[in-house]
Amino acid sequence: MRHSPLNTRDRELDRFRFRLAVASGAVLLAFAILIGRFFYLQVLQHDYYTTRAEDNRISLVPIVPNRGVIVDRSGTVLARNYSAFTLEITPSKVADLDATIDAVGQLIEVLPKDRKRFRKLLEESKTFESLPIRTRLSDEEVAKFAANRFRFPGVDVRARLFRQYPLGAVGSHALGYIGRITTRDLETIEKNEQEANYKGSDHIGKTGLEQKYEFQLHGETGYEQVEIDAGGRAVRSLSRTAPVPGNNLTLTLDAKLQQITEKAFGDRRGALVAIDPSNGGILALVSTPTYDPNLFVDGIRTDDWDLLNNSPDKPMVNRALNGAYPPGSTFKPFMALAALEIGKRTASQIISDPGFFSFGGHQFRDDKKGGHGSVDMYKSIVQSCDTYYYMLANDMGIDNISRFMGALGLGSRTGIDIEGESEGVLPSQEWKKRRFKRPEQQKWYAGETISIGIGQGYNAYTPIQLAQAVATLANDGVMFRPHLVSYVTDSKTGAKTYVEPQPLRALPWKAQNIETIKKAMIGVNKEGTGARAFAGAEYESGGKTGTAQVFSLKGADYRSGKLKQELRDHALFIAFAPADKPKIALAVLVENGGFGAQSAAPIARMVFDYYLLGKLPKGAAPEDETVEEEE
Amino acid sequence: MLQQFLHRLWVRLVEHLDGPLLLITSALMMVGLATVFSATYDANNRALSQLLNMLVGIAVMWCVAQVPPQKLMRFAVPLYVLGVVLLLCVFLFGVKVNGAKRWLSLGFTRIQPSEILKIAMPLMLAWYFHKYEASLRFRHFVVAGLLLIVPFALIAKQPDLGTAILVGAAGFYVIFFAGLPWKVIVGMIAAGAGAAPFVWTMLHDYQRKRLLTLIDPTTDPLGAGYHIIQSTIAIGSGGAFGKGWLAGTQTHLEFIPERHTDFIFAVFSEERGLLGNSVLVILYTLLIVRGMMIAANASTLFSRVMAGSITLSFFTYAFVNMGMVSGIVPVVGVPLPFMSYGGTALVTLFLALGILMSIQTHRMLVKK
Repeated sequence: MRHSPLNTRDRELDRFRFRLAVASGAVLLAFAILIGRFFYLQVLQHDYYTTRAEDNRISLVPIVPNRGVIVDRSGTVLARNYSAFTLEITPSKVADLDATIDAVGQLIEVLPKDRKRFRKLLEESKTFESLPIRTRLSDEEVAKFAANRFRFPGVDVRARLFRQYPLGAVGSHALGYIGRITTRDLETIEKNEQEANYKGSDHIGKTGLEQKYEFQLHGETGYEQVEIDAGGRAVRSLSRTAPVPGNNLTLTLDAKLQQITEKAFGDRRGALVAIDPSNGGILALVSTPTYDPNLFVDGIRTDDWDLLNNSPDKPMVNRALNGAYPPGSTFKPFMALAALEIGKRTASQIISDPGFFSFGGHQFRDDKKGGHGSVDMYKSIVQSCDTYYYMLANDMGIDNISRFMGALGLGSRTGIDIEGESEGVLPSQEWKKRRFKRPEQQKWYAGETISIGIGQGYNAYTPIQLAQAVATLANDGVMFRPHLVSYVTDSKTGAKTYVEPQPLRALPWKAQNIETIKKAMIGVNKEGTGARAFAGAEYESGGKTGTAQVFSLKGADYRSGKLKQELRDHALFIAFAPADKPKIALAVLVENGGFGAQSAAPIARMVFDYYLLGKLPKGAAPEDETVEEEE
Repeated sequence: MLQQFLHRLWVRLVEHLDGPLLLITSALMMVGLATVFSATYDANNRALSQLLNMLVGIAVMWCVAQVPPQKLMRFAVPLYVLGVVLLLCVFLFGVKVNGAKRWLSLGFTRIQPSEILKIAMPLMLAWYFHKYEASLRFRHFVVAGLLLIVPFALIAKQPDLGTAILVGAAGFYVIFFAGLPWKVIVGMIAAGAGAAPFVWTMLHDYQRKRLLTLIDPTTDPLGAGYHIIQSTIAIGSGGAFGKGWLAGTQTHLEFIPERHTDFIFAVFSEERGLLGNSVLVILYTLLIVRGMMIAANASTLFSRVMAGSITLSFFTYAFVNMGMVSGIVPVVGVPLPFMSYGGTALVTLFLALGILMSIQTHRMLVKK
């Protein structure tokens, strides 16, 4: 049945309107979903998106603080900063590095050595870091580049603070140096939870005080909050937190003394540690040859590095801390003191020296043919009688010796406030067990104790251990930890924090025994092996010479002149002055210097003369071939 | 005398305009102008230029409104044929811009033929259904489907998924209002769901990427996800009341891409907040409600389905754009009606508005 046209029309209209209603419903539903979405974003998640928007627009630009300055005890500057312009390239922003460097080279001189250094930095760094191709630009060079800057995307002139060591090589083993931060340094920074503070820093202390006091010297990084646009360009500054400069270090070191001492060594290899016995402050810490720390600051050139690294004299090794040497006869005063303390000897007890000591069918020879005759303790030290100490060592036994010497700090790190100390070797039964693997080697033989008595055998100590020991003796048994920094000055408050003001321990030595040893050591410099070096001194001092064997001659005559230089014995000398109230105690080592009295003692004399009197000794040549040596 | 003349002139001027539609679109245009002003505030302000676009659009609207729907129908076939021919030309000799062939070079200028289809498509289908009104059979829906598919495929192939969807939707709305059986609609939805995996393999890489980044924009934070991440940050940080006009940091520090065109809603939303968004959605709702009323009261089948299709197209534009900017619809290039900067899109909108007004104001004449 067909509907009438009108009927069809109405039905169709109804159907259409129904569909309109369905569509309207869909529209309202869709818009409701949209409003729901807006409500979710703008009300429920508002805080989150506000943070996101702020993170977008605000960038923190670190402001690197000025590194703390290092001065010596009298205020002489040892490490400071200067500001200079550098030409820097960000490798990741440059397509062809060589072409860019060539083009820049047309404007500003870039030497082959600069390129080499840049290459080296490139290997060590990430490509998005800005690396210097030229440092210390002149104003003219800066202007020239500024005018052409548009031609070199990724190349920029920056004002940077540089570290400078005004005295150059003087005291470099104590000061150390800074260098660019490497991945290994980053681990250190992370371990100390300093990541935030090192954003923007390129340099970090690598060795010496620069390394040990890194977190004092660095300072607190400041921040500038800048608003940036989507392209990362800074639009305006929002706020600024100023950086806090690093704390300054004031050393116990005397820069002038250090300089004079280094000069006294000449081109000889060796070490000297001078300590103020009353507080453990180090007055001079010398290891020769030295190096110029300034070379390292903006990346060391390869040829300089090769020179330092490949030199047979090993200038990068800090001999004062790292080198372990047999103490030779400088060991004797401590042996004597041990004997008195333990009761194995009295000062006046006399032995007869035939020129050798027999033990187990072996003859331990004294240097003096025929022997020293009747020897008491005083004479044993003044004349450096070996037989006396062979017998003493045998009487005391290794356990007594190692216990006493261990308490004196020998054979363990002193804990000086720079890195790189070695332990040395304090021979003992236990040490031998640790040192050797096979059971027959691990056993301590009584015969081995004999040569320990004269500072030979397994004995090996660092110069700083010897210096600490003699300083402790000079200070009547009150022992300090040797330290280079006297105090740290807080850059904000100006407050001074003293390093190591308290003694480490007081050794319970009898005053009378100390007096005996000191008297004998004064005798050394008056009438004994040190007398020549200290002739005419205006102060009383105590000392002890020593010679450490490098090469065993197996009984043959020792004639230094006939031996190759590197096989000659090491010369040692320990001393303190003034004798009644010691202000300075030291240990000197001259590698392959021969007799201690000959090459080491005169250096000690120079140090004392300058430190106590402010002058250099007249006519005291650093090396005097005519001195008769008996050790 | 003069007064009389002026009165007649005024009557002549407004007799084919629809007051409510004009009022609602004027409100939207004012909001749009202020937002374009803010979005382009930092460089090269486009507000004035957009105002000129609007005036041109209004002139076009007025002219179209004068034409009775019966006469509009005459344009249906020629406009549709012209559109399809031009689309074929694009397919054969189109200019490639940014990897898509959408433009046809005329030597002195370039035109985008897909824009024509936004009007020509519903016009054509409405004309077709009107023609066979008395004897509508299922095969007519099949033919209508073919008329829809051809331009849709050509545009989608360019590729321009956004415009293809808009053109396709406009055509589909006509078919829907013409009475496409519900069975067929349900069947199509089921078939669409079933075909989804096959469609997925046919999509271009960038289209797939857009769909994937919609699900999780953070997978490509600097690439395709960047737009969505930055616009949602803008919307979310706007909060309930917005950061204030000209004070949106996402806008003025240039974090929002395409901020005066497709992403203008992010600018508006950041500076006006949820309150502004609600007002905007209400304005669009009013626009749609008025369009529905016009459709409901239209006197011919052509007028009805045409008005219904145009109205739902306005909704589609608004919903897809706001949904895209707020991250619930994939990123497709759809401008926000009466808000986004751009002359062509605006003129097309006003043209559609003119047709609506024509349908409304010529209704009485037909009934008489």
